[in-house]
Amino acid sequence: MLQDKDRIFTNLYGWQGADLKSAQARGDWSGTKDLMAKGHDWIIEEVKTSELRGRGGAGFPTGMKWSFMPKESKDGRPNYLVINADESEPGTCKDRDIIRHEPHKIVEGALLASYAMRAHACYIYIRGEFYMEAMALQKAIDEAYAAGLIGKNASGSGWDFDLYLHRGAGAYICGEETALLNSLEGKKGQPRNKPPFPAGAGLYACPTTVNNIETIAVVPEILRRGGAWFASIGPEKNRGTKVFCISGHVNNPCNVEEALGVPLKDLIEKHAGGVRGGWDNLLAIIPGGSSTRLLPRDVCDTITMDFDALRGAWSGLGTAGVIVMDKSTDVVYAIARLARFYWHESCGQCTPCREGTGWMYRIMQRMVKGEANIEEIDMLLDIGSEIEGHTICAHGDASAWPIQGLIKHFRPEMEKRILEYRKRLVA
Amino acid sequence: MSHACHKHFEQPKEFKFSAENMKHIEQFIAKYPKGKQQSAIMPLLDLAQRQHDNWIPEAAMEEIARILDVPRIRVFEVATFYTMYNLAPRGKHHLQFCTTTPCWLRGSADVVSACEKHLGIKLGETTEDGMFTITDVECLGACVNAPVVQRNGDEYYEDLTPENVVKVLEDLKAGKTLEHGSKGGRNKSMSAAGTTTLVEQAGKSGIPVATDAAKGKK
Ligand SMILES: Cc1cc2nc3c(=O)[nH]c(=O)nc-3n(C[C@H](O)[C@H](O)[C@H](O)COP(=O)(O)O)c2cc1C
Ligand code: SF4
Ligand code: FES
Repeated sequence: MLQDKDRIFTNLYGWQGADLKSAQARGDWSGTKDLMAKGHDWIIEEVKTSELRGRGGAGFPTGMKWSFMPKESKDGRPNYLVINADESEPGTCKDRDIIRHEPHKIVEGALLASYAMRAHACYIYIRGEFYMEAMALQKAIDEAYAAGLIGKNASGSGWDFDLYLHRGAGAYICGEETALLNSLEGKKGQPRNKPPFPAGAGLYACPTTVNNIETIAVVPEILRRGGAWFASIGPEKNRGTKVFCISGHVNNPCNVEEALGVPLKDLIEKHAGGVRGGWDNLLAIIPGGSSTRLLPRDVCDTITMDFDALRGAWSGLGTAGVIVMDKSTDVVYAIARLARFYWHESCGQCTPCREGTGWMYRIMQRMVKGEANIEEIDMLLDIGSEIEGHTICAHGDASAWPIQGLIKHFRPEMEKRILEYRKRLVA
Repeated sequence: MSHACHKHFEQPKEFKFSAENMKHIEQFIAKYPKGKQQSAIMPLLDLAQRQHDNWIPEAAMEEIARILDVPRIRVFEVATFYTMYNLAPRGKHHLQFCTTTPCWLRGSADVVSACEKHLGIKLGETTEDGMFTITDVECLGACVNAPVVQRNGDEYYEDLTPENVVKVLEDLKAGKTLEHGSKGGRNKSMSAAGTTTLVEQAGKSGIPVATDAAKGKK
């Protein structure tokens, strides 16, 4: 398990101030200018060495993503960094803690990452509901400007850098990176067709990288301690620390920074006080936010929390939002409620997603009561596969996954409900 | 989708931003490159809603289109796309209960019923006195402090129970200023049994550290 000396977010719970002075006392903004003096490409190489993978859900290697950005502008278009703080995936509340308690890690990370990608401007897109958090982040931005850490000749580096905060207004889909860019441009938050990819034509049709806010917030520490330090934590290809959110039926729900690759059982027992009623009372766990397929009890016994191990278990690390369900859970309702979420949040552009999510939700509502035909279980899978891969963005795919997980691991429960409902009708 | 509104309401004929807000508007527009002032539609809608009793009248949308020099339809389509823009009046306290799975697992359904019972209204309705509107929403991004409710799009009350949520309602009705955050007396997103990490920092800040015995306790 991760040792305290390797934790990046030493103020995760907000025991100390989020202000500049307190942040500096924790080590933020130390030697920023020297790090920049090592050059754009040194930063990118160091992030590659760290093997950092994006913390927004897909786990794409961050250093590689940054290297896709043009090194010089041939046509006068500027490069942009856009930071994704839309955090809306059910089960996920890690970015919130980083924003309200460690905002200077974000501001410094934004400067270093923008500098690496030759961007003079960066936008942070924060979900509208995070009003208090937006105030905290804006305060940190203002402090950094006032201290000359960002702005003209940021931190004395000779690089001009502006950082702006843009508040969303309640639309999960704006977390999808191209929907986010549309929203930032003052449009409806609907995903764009790709290509072009943001690195070619993103914000205002300029080369853009979109990163999750946790990805950006760990960058200063990686550069200060060295990529090799970060890469020494966690299993191969799944390096570093990660903020996990443990919700649902545990004794003590909490956020906690742990090493990738931590056994799920340890995570829950050491940090969240264990499953309510004990480990044997566990029914299933959704390991990485609502989009990831649930894991049945026997898998939970041994699985480790990293991208590749969870993919191997037909699920995913996603956002590391761990949703725990004990044996008292109506697991069909738990997933039906997620089906409602995906239906409600579909932006409506693609027919398979718009119609399919509603269709699946309606069937799932009946499945909760057992008021369905056995064949409709397979029909749910069919609708899912009609959506998967046939839509503009991954919201469509994600809407199918929770239901697939339910059917794979709890088909007998669904069938039992249908049969019992029939029996009651006859009786 | 919830359409929580008063049955009858009138659209004001005119809307003007206050002098102070006009200054904010300048700052907002300056955040975006020249010619990209359309990006400021969202901050301006939010500003209008704050100025106008927590809802955005059509006249405000017209005014925003005029200020930003964009076609009206651009402002209307943004205003109708995002759920946080209220296009009709709400109660003084618009309470939005998260009922998504993580909150539901922690008892959001009981919290909502306690509220409905106490206020004598159902989700989607407003009390006669215009004091409260209650709706349900999707995940608010605070799941380890479930169940969660948001008030007027600004602040969260967390770790709710059927009991403490009624206290929240009573305090709001009495005009008290409420602390946002946990109503269960807990430190943010830290384990209620005390911290399991950052032991040295905890010591300095006087934060309890979870003992092995306490970790598993309720
Ligand atoms: C429907 C949908 C919602 C998403 N929501 C978020 C989100 O809230 N926050 C986030 O960082 N990424 C979200 N993503 C992923 C982003 O599109 C993008 O991959 C990510 O911000 C990249 O950052 P990273 O490389 O640092 O992980 C979402 C993706 C989809 C398809
Ligand atoms: S898949 Fe769904 S959410 Fe994504 S663009 Fe299509 S309709 Fe919109
Ligand atoms: S599910 Fe309620 S805050 Fe996330």
